Amino acid sequence: MHSMTESESRSERDTAGGESADVVLARSQAQMAELAAQHGANPEEGKVVVLGLENVAVSYHGTEAVRGVEMNIRKELVTAFIGPSGCGKTTLLRSLNRMNDLIPGAEVSGKITYHGHDLNAAGVDPVEVRRRIGMVFQRPNPFPKSIFDNVAYGLRLHGMKDNLNDRVEKALRQAALWDEVHKRLRSSALSLSGGQQQRLCIARALAIEPDVVLMDEPASALDPIATQRIEDLVAELRNDYTIVIVTHNMQQAARVADMTAFFSVDVAESGARCGILVEHAPTVQLFTRPSDERTEAYVTGRFG
Amino acid sequence: MSAEVNPLTVVTRRSRRRKRAGIVMEALATAAAILAIVVLAIVVISVARKGLPAINADFFTKNPAPVFQTGGGIKNAIVGTLIMTGMATLISVPVGVLIAIFNTEFAPPRVAEGMRIALNVLAGVPTIVIGIFIFGLLVVGHGQSAIAASLGLSIVMVPLIARATEEVLLLVPVTLREGGMALGATRARTVITVILPTAVGGIVTATIVAVARGAGETAPLLFTSSIFANSVVTDVHQAMASIPLTIFVDSESPSVADQQTAWAAALVLMAGVLIMGVIGRALSLRTRRQIERAR
Repeated sequence: MHSMTESESRSERDTAGGESADVVLARSQAQMAELAAQHGANPEEGKVVVLGLENVAVSYHGTEAVRGVEMNIRKELVTAFIGPSGCGKTTLLRSLNRMNDLIPGAEVSGKITYHGHDLNAAGVDPVEVRRRIGMVFQRPNPFPKSIFDNVAYGLRLHGMKDNLNDRVEKALRQAALWDEVHKRLRSSALSLSGGQQQRLCIARALAIEPDVVLMDEPASALDPIATQRIEDLVAELRNDYTIVIVTHNMQQAARVADMTAFFSVDVAESGARCGILVEHAPTVQLFTRPSDERTEAYVTGRFG
Repeated sequence: MSAEVNPLTVVTRRSRRRKRAGIVMEALATAAAILAIVVLAIVVISVARKGLPAINADFFTKNPAPVFQTGGGIKNAIVGTLIMTGMATLISVPVGVLIAIFNTEFAPPRVAEGMRIALNVLAGVPTIVIGIFIFGLLVVGHGQSAIAASLGLSIVMVPLIARATEEVLLLVPVTLREGGMALGATRARTVITVILPTAVGGIVTATIVAVARGAGETAPLLFTSSIFANSVVTDVHQAMASIPLTIFVDSESPSVADQQTAWAAALVLMAGVLIMGVIGRALSLRTRRQIERAR
C-alpha cells in the first residue's frame, strides 16, 4: 500500500461496496500484482515461526466458537484474519495473548506456542505473555490520563523507567503521532480525535517493546482518513514487529497483509455454528488463486 | 350515519373512558410528586423559622450553659459530630470501596450477587438494632466511647458506600480494564492505576452521601455516646456530645430555651446534610459525564 499514492487509495475506498464482484476482483488482482512485487511469491520464506497453533479451539461455556485451527504465524509479517462475522477471528486473536482468560467460561484447547513455548502451560505468567504480545482494540481505549501518562503506563508497569521521556517520544514517533501531540503531552488523551486516540493506543502498546502486536479491527470505528493513517502505520511497523490484524474489510487485508487467513462459519446438522480456518496463504495467492472454493466465494463478494 | 365520519376522531364510550383513566393516572402521579416537594419545603421552612432565631455566633462557639442557666451554644455537639462522623468515614471508606472492588473485579458473579443482597439487608437493618449490637459488643463492660459510636455509624455507612461505589465501578468501560491488562498489568494493578482514578469522582460522591447520612444518625449514638459532658471532648475513649442527640435531649426539656436550641441544632444539621447532598449529586453527574466520555 505504501507504494500507492494516498489519493489513489482513498478514492478506492470511497468506491468500495456496492460494486460488482468482477470489479472488486479485477482491482484486487491489480493490487495483488503490486503486493507480489513487494514481497516475492512467498513472504514466509526464511521467516521464523513466532506463534504456532496446533488444533486450537476456543469455547465459551462449553460451546465452541472456533475449532481445529492449524497455522504458523511468522516473524515480521503482517497476518490478516478475515471472514464473516461469527467466524471466531476475534476470539482466536484474543487467545494469542491470553486475553480470553478475562472472560468467564472461556476455554482454549489445543496448543498455542510462542517461539516454541506453550502459552497455556502451567506456570506461564499471563503478564509476561501480554508484555511480549501486545494488543490494540477495536475501539480506541485510552486511559483517562494525559497523553504522556498513557504511553508511560506500560513503561512504568514494567520498570522501564530509564529515559522515560525518550521512550515515550520514540513510541509516539513510531505511531506517527509525535508531530501532532508533542506540544501537549500533558493534556488529556480524551481530548484527541478518535483516530489519534487509536494511534495513541498503538504507541502505548509499542512503548513496552513487544515482539508481536495483535490488532482487533483497529480501524473499524474510524473514518476513512483515520483508517488510511492506521493502515500506513501498519505498513511501517511490519519491518520491526510481527503483526496479526483482524479485519472485516477485505480491501484492508489486501492492502496491509503479507499473509491472510480466511475463516468461515461451519454450520453443523444440529444447527450449531462454529468458526473454522478455511485457508491460510500469502495474501496475493489467497485473493487471486484461492485453493478453496469458499475462500473464492468470499473474496469475490459472492458470500459474506 | 353520514359517510363522512372520521374514524380517527370518533368519540365512543370506550375512548372516553380510556382518556379519563389517562388523565386520572397523570394527575395522581403529578400530585404525589408535588406532595414530596411540599413536604420537603414544609420541613425546611418550619425548622428554619423555629431554629433561626437562636442562631448566632455564640451558638457555634460556646458550650451549653450549666444546668439552671440559659444561653450557650452547641460547640461540644458540633465537635463531637465532626470527630465521630470523621472516624466513621475513615473506617467505612476503605472497607466500602474494597467491598465494591471485590464485587466488581474479583468475585464470581454468584458471590457478587449474594454480596449485593447482603449489603442491601445490612443497609436496611434498623439503626436502633445496630446501636444495641455495638452496645452489647463494645459498651457493656467498657463504657460509652466515641470509638464505639463511630463503629456504629460506620455499619450504617459501609453498605451505602459499597453499593454506590460498585455502581460507579460498573460504569467504567470494560475496554479500559482490557487496555490495562493487555499492557501486562495484573488485575489488582489495573484496579489501582486505571479503574479507581477513573471512578474517583463517584467514590467521593458516595462518601459525601454516606457522611450526610451518618452525621444525622441518632440511634447508634443512643447506646454508645449519650452520657456526655457539657464541654468539648476530644478523647475518643470517652462519650462525646453530638448534634442529633442534642436535638433529642433538648427537645424533651421543659425549658423553652432548650427547645429553641433543639430547633437551631436541627437547622444546623439539616443545612449541613442538604448542602452535602447537593454537592454529592452535582459531583456524581460530573463523574458520569466524564466516564461517558471515556467510553
